[in-house]
Amino acid sequence: MSKPTVVVVGNGMVGYKFCEKLLARSAQFQIIVFGEEPRHAYDRVHLSEYFNGKTAEDLSLSTLSWYSDNGIALHLDDPIQEINRSEKTIHSLKGITLKYDYLVLATGSSAFVPDIPGIEKEGVFVYRTIEDLELIKAHAVNAKSGAVMGGGLLGLEAAKALIDLGIAETHVIEFAPRLMPRQIDSAGSNMLQMKLSQLGLHIHLNKSTAAIAGDKKIQSLRFNDDSQLAVDMLVISAGIRPRDELAKLAGLHVGTRGGIVVNEKMQTSDDCIYAIGECALYEGMIYGLVAPGYEMADIVAAHLTEGEKSFYGYDMSTKLKLIGVDVASFGDAFITEPDCRTILFEDTHKGIYKRINITNDGKNLLGGILIGDADAYNMLLQTVNNKIVLPPDPKDLILGSRGGETNAGAGVMSLPDDALICSCEAVTKGAICSAVSDGGVTGIDGMKKCTKAGTGCGGCVPLVKDLIAGTMKANGQYVKNVVCEHFDYSRQELFDLVKINGLKNYDLVLDHYGKGDGCEVCKPVVASILSSLWNDVIVKQEVIQDSNDRFLANIQKGGTYSVVPRIPGGEITPDKLIVIGLVAKKYGLYTKITGGQRIDLFGAHLSDLPLIWEELIDAGFESGHAYGKALRTVKSCVGSTWCRFGLHDSVTFAIEVEDRYKGIRAPHKIKGGVSGCVRECAEAQSKDFGIIATEKGWNLYVCGNGGSKPQHAQLLATDIDKETVVKYLDRFLMFYIKTADQLTRTATWLNKLDGGMSYLKNVIVNDSLGLGEQLEEEMQALVNTYHCEWKEAINNPAMRKRFAHFINAPDEKDPHAQFEPMREQVRAKEW
Amino acid sequence: METVIATQWIMACYVDDVPENGGSCIKHGDEQIAIFNFARRNEWYATQNLCPHKQQMAISRGMIGSAGESCEPKVACPFHKKTFSLLTGECLGEEELVLKTYPVKIADGKVFVGID
Repeated sequence: MSKPTVVVVGNGMVGYKFCEKLLARSAQFQIIVFGEEPRHAYDRVHLSEYFNGKTAEDLSLSTLSWYSDNGIALHLDDPIQEINRSEKTIHSLKGITLKYDYLVLATGSSAFVPDIPGIEKEGVFVYRTIEDLELIKAHAVNAKSGAVMGGGLLGLEAAKALIDLGIAETHVIEFAPRLMPRQIDSAGSNMLQMKLSQLGLHIHLNKSTAAIAGDKKIQSLRFNDDSQLAVDMLVISAGIRPRDELAKLAGLHVGTRGGIVVNEKMQTSDDCIYAIGECALYEGMIYGLVAPGYEMADIVAAHLTEGEKSFYGYDMSTKLKLIGVDVASFGDAFITEPDCRTILFEDTHKGIYKRINITNDGKNLLGGILIGDADAYNMLLQTVNNKIVLPPDPKDLILGSRGGETNAGAGVMSLPDDALICSCEAVTKGAICSAVSDGGVTGIDGMKKCTKAGTGCGGCVPLVKDLIAGTMKANGQYVKNVVCEHFDYSRQELFDLVKINGLKNYDLVLDHYGKGDGCEVCKPVVASILSSLWNDVIVKQEVIQDSNDRFLANIQKGGTYSVVPRIPGGEITPDKLIVIGLVAKKYGLYTKITGGQRIDLFGAHLSDLPLIWEELIDAGFESGHAYGKALRTVKSCVGSTWCRFGLHDSVTFAIEVEDRYKGIRAPHKIKGGVSGCVRECAEAQSKDFGIIATEKGWNLYVCGNGGSKPQHAQLLATDIDKETVVKYLDRFLMFYIKTADQLTRTATWLNKLDGGMSYLKNVIVNDSLGLGEQLEEEMQALVNTYHCEWKEAINNPAMRKRFAHFINAPDEKDPHAQFEPMREQVRAKEW
Repeated sequence: METVIATQWIMACYVDDVPENGGSCIKHGDEQIAIFNFARRNEWYATQNLCPHKQQMAISRGMIGSAGESCEPKVACPFHKKTFSLLTGECLGEEELVLKTYPVKIADGKVFVGID
C-alpha cells in the first residue's frame, strides 16, 4: 500500500514546523510542500536582524537538503492556485496537479494595507518577507527620513530596521492613542514612548493618515487633522490579514473578518483539510505569534498519527526587546479594579514601568506589564500559569526582595513538573530536569540538543539555565570551576595545595597535581599563584608566563610592545616627563596618556626593551606592571594640597597605597583610586578599591570596576583612619588573591561570593573567620619582597639575552613589524 | 618511480638558545622559523613563525603544552590564543588555519632544521 500523501501549502515557520513534527511522529506519510516565496522556510521572528548583518542563510530554519534528506518534495516559488475538494487534488501556478489524502494550509498572513490615496507610490513598502526587506534596503540608501505606519509590535520592529539602515529621521505613526495597544496599557505606552523618543524615534499618536502625497514617489504624508509630514519612504505595518483566499475559493468556511475557521483539532469545514498558524481562526481569534502556531502544527501531526491532542487557545504573553527597551506583557494584562488588585511601580528616571494584577484575595497573579526591565518576566509568567501562591508581600515580585541576597534558582525549582518552560517547543520543567538527572545534560547547548528547549524564540534560556544548575545542585552534583583539562582543581584549591606543599615551580605543580604537559590556560594560572605566594622574579620561569609577562611589556599589533613606567598616584616631575619624552623620541615610540594617569609608549621592538628600560631606570622609574595581572595604578585627584574643596591629601595617600601594593600578582588586574572629597574626581568608586576622604577620615569602597560590565564599588567601612584603611586593604586584597577564580575581577568575585557584601564585611572588618592577622602577615611578606622586575631583567645577562626577535641574529629587528604615520606620530600597520 | 625530495638541514641555533619548554625564533633568509624545545617530553619542534590568523610573527613567543587524552603537543599564539598542533601544524580550534612544520634534529649541542 502506498503512503498517504500530505500536501502542505506554505513553507513559513509553521509549515516547516509541521513537517518536523510529523516526521518526528511517523515515517508513514509522503510529504509534499508548496511555498510561494523563492526561499525555504526562514525565521521571520528575527527578520530585522537581516539589517544588522545576518544573511538569509543565517535566518534559514534548516538547510535546503534537510527536505530531500527526509524524503520531502519541496516546490518553492510555486503557489497553489486551486483546491478541488471533490477530486482531492491541488493545482499549482507552475501547472503541477497532485492528489492529496490530507491537506494542511499554512498560508500565513500578509500585511494589511489600508486603502489610502497614493498607497501605490514609489517608496511605500510592507514589512513581511526578505524580499520586502531587500526593497526597503535598496530604497533607504537615498532616503533621509522615513515613517512607519503602525505602532504595534511589528511597526516598532520596522522602525528599528529603519534606524539600523541609517535613516536619520524615523517616525512612527499610530492611529490609536498608545503604542502596542494589544500588549500594553497607556501608562506603559507613555514610558515606552519616552524611552524611544530618547533614542531618537519620533512618535505620533492619534494620527490617521488621509493621503500619501508626491508625484511618482512619496514626498509626504497628509493626516486627517490636516497636518503634514515630509518623508522619503513609508513602511506599512498596520496589522495582518490571514491568507484565506485559497480556502475561500475552495468553499471552506472562513470568518467574516478573515481567517480559515478551524476546530480544536485544527480541521477546517472539510475534515481532510487542516489550517494552522496565522491563517487559522479558532473561536474567533487569530494567533499571530509563532509559539501557538507551533502548537497547532503539533496538534495536526498528532491527529494524523492518531494521537490525542487538542487546541484550547493559547497564552499570548510576550517579551521582547524593542530598540533596546524591554517590553513584556503576560497573562491578563488589562484586567482592572474592582475585578482584581493592581500594583504599579514607575521610575521615570530610569524609564521603568511595572504593573501586576493580582486576585482580590491576594493569593494569585493574573497578569501584568513590564517596560524597561523585564528580567522578572519568565518567573512571573510561570507564577500566573501555574497558579503559584504569591508571597505575603506581592510587590516583592516586581521590586525584588530588598536587602539581603536573593536566590534566583530556588524560585525556579519550586515550579511544578508540568510547568511549561519553553512554549515554542512545548518543553516542561519535568522534561528539562530529567534531561539533567537521567540524560546527563550539564549545559544549555546539551539541553538544546536533547530537548530542543530554548531553540525557538530563546526567551526561556535564562530559566532553562537556572533549572539545569538547580537540578545539578539538587542531585548533589558539584559544579566546580576547574582550571583546565590538566588540573582537576579550582584555582583556590590549587593555591592552597601549592602553598601547603611549598611548591616553587610549574613542573613540580604539574607532576604533583596535574596531568599531561600543561597549556596556555594553566601555565599563567600557576605562574600567578607562585608569584602571589613566593614573589620570586617571574622571568626566572619565563615559559609559563603569558606573553606580556614573559617580556614584561604589552604585545601590540605588529608584534611590537608598549612600555608603561610606574607613575604612582599620577604625580610626575617635569624632569621625569622630559626623560619619557626623550626616550620616546629616541626609540620612535607613539605616546599616549592612559586611563590610569600614566604614559604609555607604543611600538618598541623586543630588542629595544632592555635599552629603553635601562634609560628609564637610570632616571628613577620602575616597572608599571601594565603587562601583569597585578596592581596597575592608584588614581588620585589633586586633593587638599591644591584643591579648595579637598578635605585630605589624596595624592600622598594614593602614592603610599600604590607603593605598598605595586608588583603584587592577583587573579586579575587590580586598580585603585583615592579622592580628596565627596566630589570623587578620582572616580574611585569604579575601582577594585576606592578611598574617599570624609570630614572624619576616609570611606573605603571595594569591588568596583569599569570594563564591559561596569559596577560601582560598595562601601566596606566608614570614617576610618589611614592605618585602618591599609589594614582592611591588606586583608581584602589577600583574601581575594587566595580565593578568586583565575581572570576574575573583584566585582565578579564578590557577585559569586556566598553571602555577598555582608559576608565580605564580616570577614574583613569583623574578622569573622579569624584570618585577619594571617592575611595581613601574608600581605606584608609580599610587600617586603617587592622588586622591580625590569631592574632584575636588565642586570641578568641570561634573562636579557631573551629579548631578541631572532635568536640567531640578535641585533636584527623583525622586518614584519611595520608602522604608518598618524598625527605626527606612528601607528601599527593594520592587520 | 620514486621521487626523492632532498631535505636540506640548516644549523638554526644552539640548544641553549631556546628556553626549556618554550620557543625562539630564527631567521633563515627571509623565512622566520619558530623552534620549540619541549624539554618535558625531550622533543623538539619547528613551525613557521607567522600566525596565519592575523599574520603576526609571534608563534615562537607562544606557550606550549598538550591537548586531550592523546597529549597532542601544541602551541598557542600569544595574540588571540589560537592553538596549533606541533605535529601537524593544524589549528586545534574551529578555524581552518594551518602552520607549516619543519623536521628538527639535534647534534653536538646544535639545533638543525630541515628545509625543503
